[in-house]
Amino acid sequence: MSKLDLDRLIDDAGTRIIVTCGSGGVGKTTTAAALGLRAAERGRKVVVLTIDPARRLAQSLGLTELDNTPRSVADVDGSAGGRLDAMMLDMKRTFDEVVLAHATPEKAEQILANPFYVALSSSFAGTQEYMAMEKLGQLHKQAERTGEWDLIVVDTPPSRSALDFLDAPERLASLLEGRFLRLLLAPARGPFRLMSAGVNLAMSVMNKVLGAQVLTDVQTFAAAFDTLFGGFRERATKTVALLREPHTSFLVVAAPQNDALREASYFTERLREENMPLAGVVLNRVTTTHVPDLSAEKSLAAAERLEEGGKSELTAAVLRLHADKMRQVVSDHKRADRFRRGHRSIATIDVPALPDDVHDLTGLRTIGDLLTA
Amino acid sequence: MARLHVVTGKGGTGKTTVAAAMALALADEGQRILLVEVEGRQGLAQLFDVPPLPYVERRIAVGPAGGEVYALAVDAEAALLEYLDMYYHLGRAGKALDKVGAVDFVTTIAPGLRDVLLTGKVYEATRRKAHGRLAYDAVVLDAPPTGRIGRFLNVNHEVAGLAKVGPIRNQADAIMGMLRSDVTQVHLVTLLEEMPVQETLDAVEQLEKLDLRIGSIVVNMVRHSPLDDESLALAVKEKLPAAELTRGLRAAGITATKEMVSALAAEAHDHAVRVGLERENRDRIDALGKKVTELALLPDGIDHGALFDLAEELRS
Repeated sequence: MSKLDLDRLIDDAGTRIIVTCGSGGVGKTTTAAALGLRAAERGRKVVVLTIDPARRLAQSLGLTELDNTPRSVADVDGSAGGRLDAMMLDMKRTFDEVVLAHATPEKAEQILANPFYVALSSSFAGTQEYMAMEKLGQLHKQAERTGEWDLIVVDTPPSRSALDFLDAPERLASLLEGRFLRLLLAPARGPFRLMSAGVNLAMSVMNKVLGAQVLTDVQTFAAAFDTLFGGFRERATKTVALLREPHTSFLVVAAPQNDALREASYFTERLREENMPLAGVVLNRVTTTHVPDLSAEKSLAAAERLEEGGKSELTAAVLRLHADKMRQVVSDHKRADRFRRGHRSIATIDVPALPDDVHDLTGLRTIGDLLTA
Repeated sequence: MARLHVVTGKGGTGKTTVAAAMALALADEGQRILLVEVEGRQGLAQLFDVPPLPYVERRIAVGPAGGEVYALAVDAEAALLEYLDMYYHLGRAGKALDKVGAVDFVTTIAPGLRDVLLTGKVYEATRRKAHGRLAYDAVVLDAPPTGRIGRFLNVNHEVAGLAKVGPIRNQADAIMGMLRSDVTQVHLVTLLEEMPVQETLDAVEQLEKLDLRIGSIVVNMVRHSPLDDESLALAVKEKLPAAELTRGLRAAGITATKEMVSALAAEAHDHAVRVGLERENRDRIDALGKKVTELALLPDGIDHGALFDLAEELRS
């Protein structure tokens, strides 16, 4: 059971990518932003890729619009030679850019106008995960080429499960290799005699159920998209490989609640199976107190004595407040310790809960201090 | 009266718990309520402490007023094959689709179509008749989180845009018709924190634009402050009278050091700051002019018994 040393992680020039992950609502994005800022102020050239930041957090990074390009964050202390850029992911735009970059102008136009593509790229769930990985790949490539960043901190999408983004490249590859899409392409390309009776039956079902026009749209889409498939697969495979390299570190963020800890356990296991390098687990928003010796029971009893005796209502209320807090302190620590005992090989750090949301760089610096305390 | 209750909320707000409590609360004597989950997380099984739910509707609890609650974890692949069989009698062709990877494609690769199947199953269960009456008096859906809810509920409209004619189009229109009628109400679960409240406001705006009806906003895990407003105001300004606290602690038999007094005052300050933020957030919720229900924070976490307490709270 060791303590997670995040300063060592961000100060290590060999650390090039940090991925924060965890279930929704545990402070993943804030952790990513705070760590990015700290690394920058300690001399790293950092870009933070956020997926869906809280409005105030976005404002604190100067992200007022979603323009899909890293922007320099103002008021970062660059005296150590570092800098901080930040961006929010725009999944439709990322998808469009991939199409525009890899298809001929004529074909790109055809794809961008296809109703199936429009639906796929803007309103269907799952695309966000593909595109987050695509963007990470792009930023990494740009960093290698221009040297403008030496550390990428990437937040993961608020998925139904924290594993979705890991599976996204895999799912994309299976889409590319899937017989179904090959099949949709077959009539556009080659002789029908290649089709088996089963395939014919399947096609006629599709026609009957979806209607001929949908099938045509999907076919046109698949045909136009065909040339892009190779590139997609190659990049998806590369991104997964990138995540396994020693210069990548995963940081699992969890709050001391049963659901979040269960998800964190699951996730650390999964990373181990996948040979992906886990730096450690941030146990976020752990309740703390400066009066640990005054137990919940003792404060409640004292509050009751005061109330019965009709003395200082204020003190009684403050004691009740402390009793609530102590209960939370005890249960948070119990859960955090249970997690540590169950994962002895994993380094952890407890980050105390703050009364207020983070809304400026000062707040992010405070979180950075707590992350490395 | 609404019979389909869609429960959504940001991750971490307790939407699954609220959906379950709502199903229990709706289950009047002699009634049958169906509680549906669609995200493959087996959250209901965890909540009710039963083994993972198969793709079968089974009785999971009896509500405080005596009605029965059934639960169903919808599986998109099974729903697709069931759908093909039900509407097109395509047992064998379903298998052929499975073999060429179309089922995989539909349920995994194109998650939008997955939502079509999931909403389709909910639609079917809500309308289903058995023995000359509705199979379920109400259906409660533990829906995707606020970030995805608009897309999820509107997916059939998107499909209708893609498929201009044909049976899929008809089905999509019928589902959209139900979701936009007064049969359906969307309930949004929130905490009094910035992100969940912002997402709730955004979702309300989005859902109303889509012509969907908001049932209520459920403010979950509400804590009542032991401090009165006057003390809260002093605590925010870090001006709680230290002398009174010292005297009070002594009167209660606690040896109060200076450090202890200032640490307790600091705890009261943090608390007062949070209460202030919570009130601001509550005002933003109230400004929506929707029905607001509060559920108290259960200090010991959620278990089977706590679920019944929440159900009672929702009934009152």
